[in-house]
Amino acid sequence: MAVEKDLTQPLPNGEDGKRPDEARRNFLKQSSILTAFALTPGVAVKAADLKFEEKVAAAFEKVNVTLEINGKKRKLSVEPRTTLLDLLREQMHLTGTKKGCDYGQCGACTVHVDGQRVLSCLTLAPMVDGKEVTTIEGLADGDKLHPMQEAFIKHDGFQCGYCTPGQIMSAVACIREGHADSDDEIREYMSGNICRCGAYPNIVNAIKEVKNGGQRV
Amino acid sequence: MIQFQYVKPSKQKAAIDTVAKDETAMFIAGGTNLVDLMKRGIVNPEKLVDINKLPLRKIEKEDGHVRIGALALNGAVAEDKLILEKHPLLSQALNAGASAQLRNMATVGGNIMQRTRCNYFYDTAMPCNKREPGSGCGALEGYNRMHAIFGHSDKCIAVNPSDMNVALIALDAVVLVSGPKGDRKIPFAEFHRLPGDTPQIHTNLQKGELITSVDVPEHPYTKHVNYLKVRDRTSYAFALVSVAAALDMDGSNIKSARLAMGGVAHKPWRLNEAEQFLAGKPANEATFRQAAEIAMRGAKAFEHNKFKLKLGPNTIVQALKNAAGAV
Repeated sequence: MAVEKDLTQPLPNGEDGKRPDEARRNFLKQSSILTAFALTPGVAVKAADLKFEEKVAAAFEKVNVTLEINGKKRKLSVEPRTTLLDLLREQMHLTGTKKGCDYGQCGACTVHVDGQRVLSCLTLAPMVDGKEVTTIEGLADGDKLHPMQEAFIKHDGFQCGYCTPGQIMSAVACIREGHADSDDEIREYMSGNICRCGAYPNIVNAIKEVKNGGQRV
Repeated sequence: MIQFQYVKPSKQKAAIDTVAKDETAMFIAGGTNLVDLMKRGIVNPEKLVDINKLPLRKIEKEDGHVRIGALALNGAVAEDKLILEKHPLLSQALNAGASAQLRNMATVGGNIMQRTRCNYFYDTAMPCNKREPGSGCGALEGYNRMHAIFGHSDKCIAVNPSDMNVALIALDAVVLVSGPKGDRKIPFAEFHRLPGDTPQIHTNLQKGELITSVDVPEHPYTKHVNYLKVRDRTSYAFALVSVAAALDMDGSNIKSARLAMGGVAHKPWRLNEAEQFLAGKPANEATFRQAAEIAMRGAKAFEHNKFKLKLGPNTIVQALKNAAGAV
């Protein structure tokens, strides 16, 4: 799998310097605020002016987050309710990390934060301020796949592939944590990653091969 | 998820004051339960006070107990050398809970605070006295397979899903809290509540009070321990029934015992009478079976969880056997 482009870079911009969908969202935001003004009598607008601005400011209050994603330092501004998963997918366009259940039950969104595997769907973005995040896009070394990616291909460790990024991030952590010493141990410590296609036996084989091969993960 | 303000104070007092003063403010640590509930619109804080800057992460040996910081991660506690040596039952219980990813996020304080809940609590189309006091209980006449057999009321029959709590109540842990009116210590058995008429109040913590650490006192239960969790799949599921068993053995006789159950009540369920029965008895199946019978006294099941009346005692016997080992 050749890496054709640096996926950590934003996608091409529209004429206004914004991506087309981003420009559309901003238009909708601005136009609805203007509509609200247009429908309100002038006196009320004046009286409510200050309060309204405060409310708008509070509604769109963002917090600054500095973090390292796949080795690159990023300074971002996010709404506090943004999850790390949505930040990665929607703002950074790192769509390798998947949104499965979005409630911490399936493991498809597994990433590493400061080297530990966590669920990005239950992680609020401001809570990872100052931390290092590694996603599936950051696992390969340029064109050279990570040994776990190679092993998943070799052992056919997936069918539809949707859970695979989470499985691979979890599998790497499983070995690093020292919990891949037997089939049973691998199954137990991989139980947070659900595969509806049922590729489990092949996933266990892939992990065993990497573990027994002694490659540095 | 509704919009909310987010603050991350570096001083404990500031964190406590903020939550004490603001009716809609809540602490957040790992977020594994709270963010889930917020996404579903079940809990809607307008301000989140992130406590992760507070220095509450240490696990330390102190005089007479091990003190576990409230922000110590479940995974870190489970694999901590001191915990494995002094409180292996706690380590086993922690590793039986959730998944590796969630254990890397969830804190000890957060695990204690996770909501006692059931599917009807999550289903906003259904009544739930816990979510919406006075609306009724969907589980009482509904699908109540996962539900309580001890200590329930006609207002709520949900169970506390924590595995860690079962070990902590068996080990007589003490919860240290700090609040606007000062610090206090709460014995683990008095921390969580039975539903009664107010199932919406699930702990005895006051508004603004923050768990700072948990003390696990010294005890002789370092060798003959077992946390046995029975569930619908081998891993990553809530308990149907779980048992924390700890024995202090003198040859093949039991000097003293600790016993608690999970998945059976609104709070972790300590089995004091069964413990007293076990003390001084030979460690064999007949003894364990009698202890289990004592433990199950007063159990009352519902339409779909009658199996727990059989699974409960069987799990107790098996956990005690596992704990006793080859004696």
